[in-house]
Amino acid sequence: MSNQVSSNNSRQPQGASGGPAGRPGGPMGFGPRPGGPMGMGMPAAKSMNFGPNAKRLLGRLRPERGRLLIVILMAIASVGLSVLGPWMLGKATNIVFNGIISAKLPVGVTQAQVIAGLKARGQNQLAAMLQGMTLNPGHGIDFSALQTTLIAIIAIYLGAFLFGWLNARLLNSSVQATIYRLREETEDKLHRLPLSYFDTMQRGELLSRVTNDIDNISQSMQQTLSQVLVSFLTVVGVLTMMFTISPLLAAIALVSIPVSLIISTVIAKRSQKMFSDQWKFTGQLNAQIEETFTGHALVKVFGKSKQVEAEFAAKNEELFKVSFAAQFISGIIMPSMMFVGNLVYVGIAVIGGVMVANGALSLGAIQSFIQYSRQFTQPVAQLGSMANLLQSGVASAERVFELLDAEEQSPDPVDSSLPESQTGSLSFEHVNFGYSADKVVIKDLNLNVSPGQTIAIVGPTGAGKTTMVNLILRFYELNGGRITLDGVDISKMSRSDLRSRIGMVLQDTWLFKGTIHDNIAYGNLNATDEEIIAAAKATYVDRFVRTLPDGYQTVLDDEASNVSAGEKQLLTIARAFLAKPNVLILDEATSSVDTRTEVLVQRAMAALRADRTSFVIAHRLSTIRDADLILVMEHGDIVEQGTHSSLLAAGGPYSRLYSSQFAGSEE
Amino acid sequence: MNLWNILVSNIRPYWKTLLAILVFQAAQATASLSLPTMNADIIDKGVATGDIAFIWSSGGQMLLVSLGQIASSILATYFGARLSMAVGRDLRAGVFRQVGRFSERDLAVFGAPSLITRNTNDVLQIQTLVFMGSTMMLSAPILAVGGVIMALRIDLNLSIIMAISVPVLLALIGLLLSKMIPLFRLMQVRIDRINQVLREQLTGMRVVRAFVRESSETKRFANANDEVTETALRSGQLQALMFPIVQIVLNLSYVAVLWLGAYQVDAGKMQIGTVMSFLQYMMQILIAVMMSMFMAMMIPRSTVSADRITEILNIEPSVSASPSPVKDLQRLGNVRFEGVSFSYPGAERPVLEDLSFTVPAGSTTAIIGSTGSGKTTLINLIARLADPSSGTVFVDEVSAKDMQPLELWSLIGLIPQKGFLFTGTIASNLRYGREEATEDELWKALEIAQAADFVKALPDGLQSAVVQGGTNFSGGQRQRLAIARALVKNPQILIFDDSFSALDLSTDARLRQALTSQLPNITKVIVGQRIASIKHADEIIVLEDGRVAGIGTHSQLLASNATYQEIVGSQLSAEEAA
Repeated sequence: MSNQVSSNNSRQPQGASGGPAGRPGGPMGFGPRPGGPMGMGMPAAKSMNFGPNAKRLLGRLRPERGRLLIVILMAIASVGLSVLGPWMLGKATNIVFNGIISAKLPVGVTQAQVIAGLKARGQNQLAAMLQGMTLNPGHGIDFSALQTTLIAIIAIYLGAFLFGWLNARLLNSSVQATIYRLREETEDKLHRLPLSYFDTMQRGELLSRVTNDIDNISQSMQQTLSQVLVSFLTVVGVLTMMFTISPLLAAIALVSIPVSLIISTVIAKRSQKMFSDQWKFTGQLNAQIEETFTGHALVKVFGKSKQVEAEFAAKNEELFKVSFAAQFISGIIMPSMMFVGNLVYVGIAVIGGVMVANGALSLGAIQSFIQYSRQFTQPVAQLGSMANLLQSGVASAERVFELLDAEEQSPDPVDSSLPESQTGSLSFEHVNFGYSADKVVIKDLNLNVSPGQTIAIVGPTGAGKTTMVNLILRFYELNGGRITLDGVDISKMSRSDLRSRIGMVLQDTWLFKGTIHDNIAYGNLNATDEEIIAAAKATYVDRFVRTLPDGYQTVLDDEASNVSAGEKQLLTIARAFLAKPNVLILDEATSSVDTRTEVLVQRAMAALRADRTSFVIAHRLSTIRDADLILVMEHGDIVEQGTHSSLLAAGGPYSRLYSSQFAGSEE
Repeated sequence: MNLWNILVSNIRPYWKTLLAILVFQAAQATASLSLPTMNADIIDKGVATGDIAFIWSSGGQMLLVSLGQIASSILATYFGARLSMAVGRDLRAGVFRQVGRFSERDLAVFGAPSLITRNTNDVLQIQTLVFMGSTMMLSAPILAVGGVIMALRIDLNLSIIMAISVPVLLALIGLLLSKMIPLFRLMQVRIDRINQVLREQLTGMRVVRAFVRESSETKRFANANDEVTETALRSGQLQALMFPIVQIVLNLSYVAVLWLGAYQVDAGKMQIGTVMSFLQYMMQILIAVMMSMFMAMMIPRSTVSADRITEILNIEPSVSASPSPVKDLQRLGNVRFEGVSFSYPGAERPVLEDLSFTVPAGSTTAIIGSTGSGKTTLINLIARLADPSSGTVFVDEVSAKDMQPLELWSLIGLIPQKGFLFTGTIASNLRYGREEATEDELWKALEIAQAADFVKALPDGLQSAVVQGGTNFSGGQRQRLAIARALVKNPQILIFDDSFSALDLSTDARLRQALTSQLPNITKVIVGQRIASIKHADEIIVLEDGRVAGIGTHSQLLASNATYQEIVGSQLSAEEAA
C-alpha cells in the first residue's frame, strides 16, 4: 500500500467547482485517500506537544467510558475467541492425521506395541513421531470426535464474529458522539471569540480547523482506538498460544519482530524525507498551476507562455523524480515484510517438520502455529502505521485545542442595564482605541449624536471609518473612554441588547444559502410574513423577487448568481429594515452596480434612514450633503466636523478632499 | 470510456515498463503460489515418512523461491512506481499545455478554479489508480486464477467449497459496498454542508453578531452536525461489519475444507499435507478477490476524473496563431472595431453585438457600462485573448488575427481588474514584461502609478516579497503595482480593466493626471464604472447590453445620452456632474 495517506487535509483551491469528492475513499482505510491537491496544506505531521495533547484528546472520551469499557470487554472476548480458533483447528488436524496413521496399523495392537515394533525394525524416526501421537490402531479417522471439534470451532468463530462486530459498532458510536461534541463546542467557541481574533487568523485556516482537522481526528481516533486495542490483544494472545505450543518455534517467530521493525524504520526514514520532498514539490507545482491559470491573460499578454511552460516542465520533472523515489522506497516495505514473513514460514515449516518427525510436536500444532505466525506479523506492522496516524490525529487535535483555548471576549455584565428610552442618541466620550496596544487608531474622540441625525463619515482609505462602526457595535473593546447609547454605557449593556438596537448594512453583502424569505427574516426572527413583505416592498426588494420563478422561496446559491450584486444589496437593506433598529450603520458601496438597481439601492437606503440615527460611511455626494453632521477622518482622528456648507466654507481638509474626490478636476 | 482512452494513450509510450511489470508480477504470483505446494510436500513426503533430509532440502527450495518472490515484487514495484509517476507527469503537463493554449473564452467555460482542480486533483487520481493498478490490481487476477488452477489440480470436491465461498464473499462484500457507497456520497454532501455553514458564519461574523443571531447560527450548525454524525454513524456501522464478515467467511471455509478433506483423506483420495496446501490456496484466492473489489471501488472516481480531464483535452482552442502573420508592424497604437460581435457557444444572446468604433493612437478612450455589459470581453478582443464571432478587430490597421500573437502582445500593456500579482518580489513583478528594465525605470513607473510612496516605505523596498496572488498587499496597492508593471513594459496601448476601482478618489485623480502628463503618446483604453475616473477621456463609449449606446465626450453624452445620464445620475448629483 502506498503512503499517500493523509492528503485529505489539504486546502481546495478557492471556490473550486466540482472536482473529485474530497472524501477519503475506501472502507477500512484501505488504499490511498486521494482528495484535495496533495501537499498544499498538509497537516503538520508532528504535534509540538504530543503527550499533553494526546492525553487531552483521550480525556474527551470520558463521557463514553461506560460504553468504552464494554468495547474493551468485547474486544477481549472477540480476540480471545479468534486466537482459540487455530488451536482448535490444529486439534482437528491431529484427529485426521492420527486417523490416517491408525488406519495403516493392524487392529488389536496398542500404540506402545507399534512403536516398539518400529524400533525393533530400526525405524527410529517413525517411532519417535508416533510416540507424539494418540493412535487407535486399525481404526480410521474418528469422525465423531472431528465433528464435535469442528462444530465447536464454528461456534467459536461465530462468537468472535459477533463480539467483533458489536465491538466495532459500539466504538464507532462512541467516537462519533465524541466528535459531535467536539464540533459543537468548537462552533460555539467561534461565537464567543472577540472579532480581533479573526483579524489575526486567516479564514481558510480557521475553517480547516473546524472541518478538516476534526475530520482527521475522527478518522485517526476511529482507526487507532480499535486497531491499537485489537492489535495489542492479538499480539498478547497469539504470543501466549505460540509459547504454549512450542517455545522454540515461538522464539523463531519472535526474531521476526525486531527484523521487521528495523527494516521498516530504515526504509520509512529514507522514504519520509522523499515524501516530504514530494509534498513540497507538489505544493510548488500546484501553486504554479494556480497562479498561471488565474493570471492566464497576463501570462499571455506579457509574452510569458513559453517561459512558464519551461518552468512547469522543470518542476514537473523534479516532482516525477522525487515521487517515483518515494513511491518505490515505500513500496519496498510490503514485499520486505512479506519476505520476513516467508522466512519465518519456511523456518517454522522446516524446524516444525523436523520436530513432528521427531515426535516433539503434533502436525496440527504446526498447522496452528503457522496460522498464528501469520496473525502475528500483521498487528505488529499495523501498530507501526498506527503511530503515524496517531501523530497526525494529535497534531490536528492540537490545532483544535488551540482554538478552544483562545481567549474569549469579556463576558456580558451580570446585571446588564438597559436605557429607558429608545430614541437612539449616541455619544462618544474621550474614546481611545487601537487594534494593537502600540498603534492608536482613535484618540480622545468626543461626539454627540442626537436622535434621528444622519452622520456621514468621510476620509481616505484606512482613515478609521470602519473602526467607528466596529466600536459602536462593540465588536472591539475600547482602550479608554466610553460610548453611550441613550445615556447608558454600552459596555454595561449585554451585547445582544446593544446590537438588537442597531442595524447594519455593509458593503460586502453577506447572505446565507437559504431562501430569500429566510434571508430577510434574518433581521427579525419573529417577523410575520406580512411584515417581511412590507419590508421588502419598502426597500424595493419585492419588485425583483416577484420576477423570480420561485419568488420569496428562491434559494440563494453559494455565489448567489441568481440575483445581481445590487439586488443582494437590496436584500441586506430589507433585512436591516425588518430589524427596526434605533441606530443604523450603513457602508455605502464604492463600486456601483448596474445603474437602475443603484438608484433603487439609494432610495432604499434613504427609506431605511428616515427617522433613525444613522452612521453612513459615505461615498456619495448626495448622502454627504444631506448629512446633519460630517465627520472627516484622517489617520484615526476626526480632523473636522460640521455640515457640508460650513466645512466647505472653512476651507480645511474637507474642502481639499471634496475638491480632489468629488469635484475632481471639474474645469 | 474516457478513462480507458486516457490510460491507453498515456501508458502506450511506456509499454516496455508495463511489460516488465506484468512479467515480474507474474513471477511474484507464481512464487507465492508454489510455496504452499512445497509446504505440502514437506508434510506428505517429509513429515509423514519421517524423512528429515527431505524436509531440509524442501525448506531450502522454499527459501530460494521466497528470495525470487521478493526480488520480483520489488522490481514490479520499481516499474510500477515509474510507470504511474510518468503517466502522472505526462498527463499533468498535457493538461497544463492545453490550458496554456486556451483563449479567455475557453477559460471562462470552465473557470480557473475548476481547471486548477482538474490539473492537480484529477491527474493525481489517475496517477494513483495507475500505481495501485500496477502494484495490486495486476497481481490479484494472476493470484486468483493461479490459485484456482492449483486448487482444482488438488481436488475437485474441495474446489466446490471454493465455488461456494468465493461467490458468498463477493456477494456479502458487494452488498455492503453497495450500501456504503451511497452513504459515502451522502457523507460528502453533508460535510460540504457543514463547511458551507461554517464558511458563512466566518464570512458573515459581523452580520451574525450585529443581528444577534449567534443562537440561530448555532442551531443551523447543530442541524448540519446532526446530519453528518447520523451519516457517519450509519456508514460506520456498516464498516464495522466489513472486517468480521470477511473473517467469518474465511474461517468457515477453512472449517469446511478440513471437514470435507477429512473424508477425502479417509477415503485415500488425498493426503493430509495437500489439504493444508488447499487451505492456503483458498486464503490466497479469497484475499485476492477482496483486494480487487476494493481496487474496483477506485474506478468510479477515476472515471469522473478522466471525464473531467478529457473535457479539457478535447477542446480545440478558439484562438490560434495565423499561419502567415503580417510582419513589420507600425507600432502606433490605434485600435479599430468593425462590426464586432461576440457570443459564447450556445448562448442565447451575444455578449457584444455589432460594435464599431475607433481608438486613435495616443488618445484616451473610456468604456463605461454596468456589470455584465461586456466590457471585459471587449478588452479580451483587443488583446486577442478571444476572437470575435463576427467582425474584425484592427490594431494598427492590421487585423488582430493576422498578427503574430507575440507581436501584438508586445504592443499591449494590460492591467486586469483584480490587480493580480505573481509570487516573487515587487521588482520581479514589475519586470514581468521586460526583464532588462533598470531600477530607475521601475521607480519611474511606480511614480506614475502612485505606488512609489508605499513601496519606499516598505523595509525591503523593491525587493519586498509578494506572496501568491499578491494578497499581502491591499487591493488598491495591488492595482497600482499592476499598473506600474504594465508601464515598465513600455507598451503602445495601455488597457485598464476597471483598474481604479479599489483606489480612493484622490489617488485615482492623481494617477490619471500623471498618466496624461507623463505618457501623452500612449493610447489608453480605460474601462470603468466610476464616472469620476473616466469623465475626462477624449472619448467615452457607453455600453449597454453589449451594444454601443453612445459615443462622445462627457459633456456631449451628458447632454444627449439617456443611458449615460442615468449612470451619472446614480453617482453624482446633477449639479456636481455639470
